[in-house]
Amino acid sequence: MTAPILKLRDVVVEFPALRGVKAMMAPRAARHVQALNGISLDVQRGETLAVVGESGSGKTTLARAINGLLPLAGGEIWFNDIALHQRPDWHAIRRQMAMMFQDPVGSLSPRKTVRDLVLEPFAIHGQAVGTPSETAQRLLEDAGLNADFLNRYPHQLSGGQARRVGVARALSLNPAMVLADEPTAGLDVSVQGEILNLMNGIKSEHGLTTIIITHNLNILRHIADRIAVMYLGRIVEIGPVAQIMEQPRHPYTAALMSANPEPDPTARRDRIILSGETPALTARPSGCEFHPRCPRAGANCSNVVPELTTAGARAVSCHYPISENA
Amino acid sequence: MSDTLNVEGLTVHYATQEGALQALRDVALDVPPGQIVGIVGESGCGKSTLINALLQLMPENATIAAGAIRLEGEELVGASQRRLRNMRGRDIAVIFQDPMTSLNPVLTIGRQMLDIQYRETRSRAEKLRRATEMLGRVGLPDPDAKLNAYPHELSGGQRQRVAIAMAVLMRPKLLIADEPTTALDATLEVQIIELLKELQQEIGCAILFISHHLGVIAELCHRVVVMYAGEAIEEGPVADVFLRPSHPYTAKLIECDPGRMKTKAALLPSIPGDLPDLTAPPEGCIFRARCDKATDLCRTKPMPVAVTGAHWARCHFAAGAGA
Repeated sequence: MTAPILKLRDVVVEFPALRGVKAMMAPRAARHVQALNGISLDVQRGETLAVVGESGSGKTTLARAINGLLPLAGGEIWFNDIALHQRPDWHAIRRQMAMMFQDPVGSLSPRKTVRDLVLEPFAIHGQAVGTPSETAQRLLEDAGLNADFLNRYPHQLSGGQARRVGVARALSLNPAMVLADEPTAGLDVSVQGEILNLMNGIKSEHGLTTIIITHNLNILRHIADRIAVMYLGRIVEIGPVAQIMEQPRHPYTAALMSANPEPDPTARRDRIILSGETPALTARPSGCEFHPRCPRAGANCSNVVPELTTAGARAVSCHYPISENA
Repeated sequence: MSDTLNVEGLTVHYATQEGALQALRDVALDVPPGQIVGIVGESGCGKSTLINALLQLMPENATIAAGAIRLEGEELVGASQRRLRNMRGRDIAVIFQDPMTSLNPVLTIGRQMLDIQYRETRSRAEKLRRATEMLGRVGLPDPDAKLNAYPHELSGGQRQRVAIAMAVLMRPKLLIADEPTTALDATLEVQIIELLKELQQEIGCAILFISHHLGVIAELCHRVVVMYAGEAIEEGPVADVFLRPSHPYTAKLIECDPGRMKTKAALLPSIPGDLPDLTAPPEGCIFRARCDKATDLCRTKPMPVAVTGAHWARCHFAAGAGA
């Protein structure tokens, strides 16, 4: 196997929990909350990794940490063998690592035309565009929009069309990796398919590495190669899509997958309904973060943090994982 | 027994610079007592306009051009403001999508739970007791202490539970739930769905459940109405509509849901095309331009065609499609 394009080792991201005098008075440990608490991860060239989890699990924080939008409090990130934790030249790196933001219309400047928007990355990165009109048109066509859209403004686009402009912008500089934050959020099901097909097509055409952040479990099977499940700033389980979805080993993954309502009134549901909600980061449970809600929790779960243990292609962090034949 | 809610031929126009935008056209809908009726449709289908019309809380540029809305036989269109004020919150209650915006951020939960009982002639202590009891019933941990909390101190799921407690506190006849689980995570979504089912059994109210999530509708509702571009295009018992969709739009919508496909699809289905311009809706079938089955016959407006029993669709080919 070739070297992974992206390597994370024990990445920690902290946010200040208190401000001003209160922070000075508080014990050192209480001044910060860990939004990411020791994330280790390898992403192979050309694969699509989906990061799933509920609000507050740290999915978006992870993307922002990889892209250098948040400082690391600890750990290492390597992208193409460049150490991202040692003040790299972000300008050069972001040319290789594009971001697709969550809000399709909000991430586009309302005063710029679509033509200017797709050419903007070239200007930011100081790259000469010999034939701007042709380039803009080609990028739009790759994203499935025709030349009529060149002179439109973002408010004249539908959600799906704005999403396509976002795709065109992300791909304009021919990056090696794309970070897509909730690519289907706010889209109707009838449009969702188009965008996912577009992303799948681009991936196979350009051999692009993609990290998709999503809470839409329905799309995982169709777009991702591997899934990483996050809970409270930690990866609780990671592995190939089919294995994670059909035979989850972490009790949280099992509950998450079973919670997804299916559009079939006759479907039999063996649903695991969790009690309570994800705890706040300021009140992180001791031991395994999931133990207060876990149906399988044992005595040591409340004081011993489980390690992410690898078995074959997948890894799980649980003292009592669900066995394959259970 | 008469229906809890009965909507007939409801037509709503918005005045815009481009002319009258016909947001709802001839929508009919019945919610029988004790039933959960789902409304499913994508952005721009008129779900929000319908809710506003049911509550008679319409924007200034909206007019009800035709139609009737009856709650247990009483006409709401044209009813006096005084009468409507009396009904809202007591006979009809709503749970909105985003609990942070439906709760007042500067008042405590307890204050807001008291305020909605303003019509009742009870002592303050009794009102507080009822509020606490209901908060406990909807599964809010430590309800006594939560009375003094502000909305921002609660998590998203807890806020939605408070919003539900406020909506059902007056034991409404009709509960309108406007995408109540959209802002919530998957594991919370199922908790809220279970809660709504239980409360419906206890209170015996009828629920109009609006969602774009086919899975949630399939699980919770007895009947479902599918809307497209301001028209109700198909209605029937949930199992019938989901297993034998008779309008091409419903069939495509179900086909598009990636949750339905258990194996990896090389190409995900989608519905090409856009919504028609509702300031000048096309003649004939509203879905014609995006439909593969459309023929010349579709240039005339289809009437609802019965498929089986209570299941109908507004499509010229519906009778054969269900088989």
